[in-house]
Amino acid sequence: MEGLDGLVALLVAMIRAATPLTLAAVGELVAEKSGVLNLGVEGMMLVGAVAAFATAVATGSLALALLVALLAGMTMALIFGTLTLGLMSNQVATGLALTIVGVGLSAFIGKDFIGIPISGLGPVHIPGLFELPLVGPVLFAQDPLVYASLALTAAVSWVLYRTRAGLVIRAIGENHDAAHALGYPVLVIRLLCVLFGGAMAGLGGAYLSLAYTPMWVESMTAGRGWIALALVVFATWKPGRVLLGAYLFGGVTIVQLHAQGAGLAVSSHILSMLPYLATIVVLVLISRDRARIRLNAPSCIGKPFKAVR
Amino acid sequence: MATPVPSPPDPAPPRLELRGICKRFPGVVVNDGVDLAVRAGEIHALLGENGAGKSTLMKIVHGVLAADAGTILWEGRPVRIGSPGEARRLGIGMVFQHFALFESLTVAENVALGLETRETVEALSTRVRAVSDGYGLAIQPDRHVHELSVGERQRVEIIRCLLGAPKLIILDEPTSVLAPNEALALFDVLRRLRDEGCSILYISHKLDEIRRVCDRASVLRGGRLVATVDPRQESARSLARLMIGVEPPDLTERRRTEEDGVGPLLEVAGLDLDRDDPRGTDLRDVSLAVRGGEILGLAGVAGNGQNALMRALSGERRVSRPDTIRIGGTAAGLLGPRARRDLGLAVVPEERLGQGAVPDLTLADNALLSAYRHGGLVRRGLVRHGRARHFAGRVMETFNVIARGHGAEARSLSGGNLQKFIIGREILQQPRVLVAAHPTWGVDAGSAAAIHQALVDLRDQGAAILVISQDLDELYTLSDRIAVIASGRVSESRPTHTVTAEDIGVLMGGLFDDGKVAQAGGGPAHVA
Repeated sequence: MEGLDGLVALLVAMIRAATPLTLAAVGELVAEKSGVLNLGVEGMMLVGAVAAFATAVATGSLALALLVALLAGMTMALIFGTLTLGLMSNQVATGLALTIVGVGLSAFIGKDFIGIPISGLGPVHIPGLFELPLVGPVLFAQDPLVYASLALTAAVSWVLYRTRAGLVIRAIGENHDAAHALGYPVLVIRLLCVLFGGAMAGLGGAYLSLAYTPMWVESMTAGRGWIALALVVFATWKPGRVLLGAYLFGGVTIVQLHAQGAGLAVSSHILSMLPYLATIVVLVLISRDRARIRLNAPSCIGKPFKAVR
Repeated sequence: MATPVPSPPDPAPPRLELRGICKRFPGVVVNDGVDLAVRAGEIHALLGENGAGKSTLMKIVHGVLAADAGTILWEGRPVRIGSPGEARRLGIGMVFQHFALFESLTVAENVALGLETRETVEALSTRVRAVSDGYGLAIQPDRHVHELSVGERQRVEIIRCLLGAPKLIILDEPTSVLAPNEALALFDVLRRLRDEGCSILYISHKLDEIRRVCDRASVLRGGRLVATVDPRQESARSLARLMIGVEPPDLTERRRTEEDGVGPLLEVAGLDLDRDDPRGTDLRDVSLAVRGGEILGLAGVAGNGQNALMRALSGERRVSRPDTIRIGGTAAGLLGPRARRDLGLAVVPEERLGQGAVPDLTLADNALLSAYRHGGLVRRGLVRHGRARHFAGRVMETFNVIARGHGAEARSLSGGNLQKFIIGREILQQPRVLVAAHPTWGVDAGSAAAIHQALVDLRDQGAAILVISQDLDELYTLSDRIAVIASGRVSESRPTHTVTAEDIGVLMGGLFDDGKVAQAGGGPAHVA
């Protein structure tokens, strides 16, 4: 019975480790599908994380904290969108700058909050399903953001591939000139997608500071924003594969933590590296089919668009 | 006169009327007070050279661009067309020259994007099938656009238009990408639409087809409307005169005969090349030889391996054995593009922006890219900008390239002008072997004649020239011998005067293993 409990604890931890990545990566996927490459995910996550934490400390309301994180991420994305879409600045450079700003800004805001404890986001037991053996405690006793991340992934997949709005987003990412010629407001739709990406990154950051480790530490995202970016590419812009990649990353993270705890005779640095390595290797392996990549990759990604009137 | 003459006073206003349309871009007046009237149920040609302002005018009608001055009347009422959506709601549909299609999406999805509809893609597929059957525009709604041939892509655009139940369809150079039989099928569709009361604005500079299908023709020159005529009453020559403003040039007589040629300067023997792109074609056992002082024309519908052959010849893709490709007698199969250029090869690729020229570089810099070894444009690794600018200027002057100057970015040139620049850049380097894909695609009649003349002159100087083209008229005008490429195979070449358009059609059809293209029915008449 103890073995089973251990497994449950492992799986629960795995899902929790995967959730911030899922949120950020699914948001970035939507932005990239519309043709915008926002390398500022890490910065948006950090700002989301610190905004959520500060709000939680100040007001005690976790719901309000989540809302503020969402808005903070969107504000960062709005800056990015204004620069790249409105003023035609280079997307790569602007995205990198956004990350640097996010790192600095979050450290600046967060310096008064270091070491303050809060009671983070707790699990919600879903009645009826929670009692199921193994599956119950793993899947149906998580915090609300885990449920939200799964629901949002499914929703994004459905919108992108089953609705007209999704069709328009994909079309704009594929060929913005043609979309413009057909009368679609390319820049407006791209801005909305970028804002969605910012909101999701903000939520992902908030998950770290409110639920995963309920405290504020400088640069607490530890490169998860970059992993989210890599996930989107290696998952060939498919929401389902993004989820798979995030869970793989979460899984290896937890397993290597346990290995470190058990005193495995391998350098902890190498073990800490494993989740990044494993995720990239597996996703490279499943996305070897070049034809598929060409079909799913948004052709206009990173290209500026200027409408001539 | 009091006698009541039953004259038809044309009570109905024209379907579309433009009055005094003006449009300026920085530095150029593209449309200068254009008046144009399109009646209900007519095919109205809009004729003009590159840069005459045809496309701009049509973009104004379609709501993509806004006019600086002038009025648009739709069925007699003044309207403001602020977006393609508004144009669509009025009943104006457009088939673009460079198709506005999304390659990674299916046909039905592409159609859905061009309509304001709440229908599901499945429901739309049924309607696509219905229209496709009704007009003989065979297309499967669930296929991805990147799998389709150019002709099929055009059908998608037309079907997308038709589903919007348009009263006016604008077609921008629709036959520039079509094989002869595909063009004939398109004309049938257009005539049928006209008979159903739909108006068609037909942009082209192919005079023969305008005389064949159009009821009236308006000619634009330098942004102004110079005449509206009945093209059936005009000759190709008189139309060309209206368009260019002067007598059209004639190609000089062929001076060389086959015997004058020396040994083959370009030789391909048993070339097999697997596709490296899922959308490509495998080359199988391709053999051809071009002697000095000879132009070999390679006919074929686009997408049958021309691109792969071009890349194998230019050296972008190496082939497995060195002696499959010989340039000037030297085995060049393993050489890269630069080494092949050293052997005297020059290439005019299919894709102008990207392969032929770097969009963001100036013309002078683009000239440098392929011509850096000729005329001492580079000395000891340092660029001599003065000479590069001079060279670019010479290309522009010789080939009548209209641009701001050698400092203009390649992307700022119209397609035809850029084509003239790229061809000119290669020809002025005096290559021994020139491979040119679609040398006059999208180029107006006057400039096409200039390009043809330049190719003939180059041949007369003893160069071997391979011209890959879909335009049979062009191949008949230029080539000494003609071969056909289909499904990655190349037929034997034959002297041009022994090949009829029907022969070429049969070769295209006969070489297709899967029978994708049936026999090409009557192509353009043999111009000997």
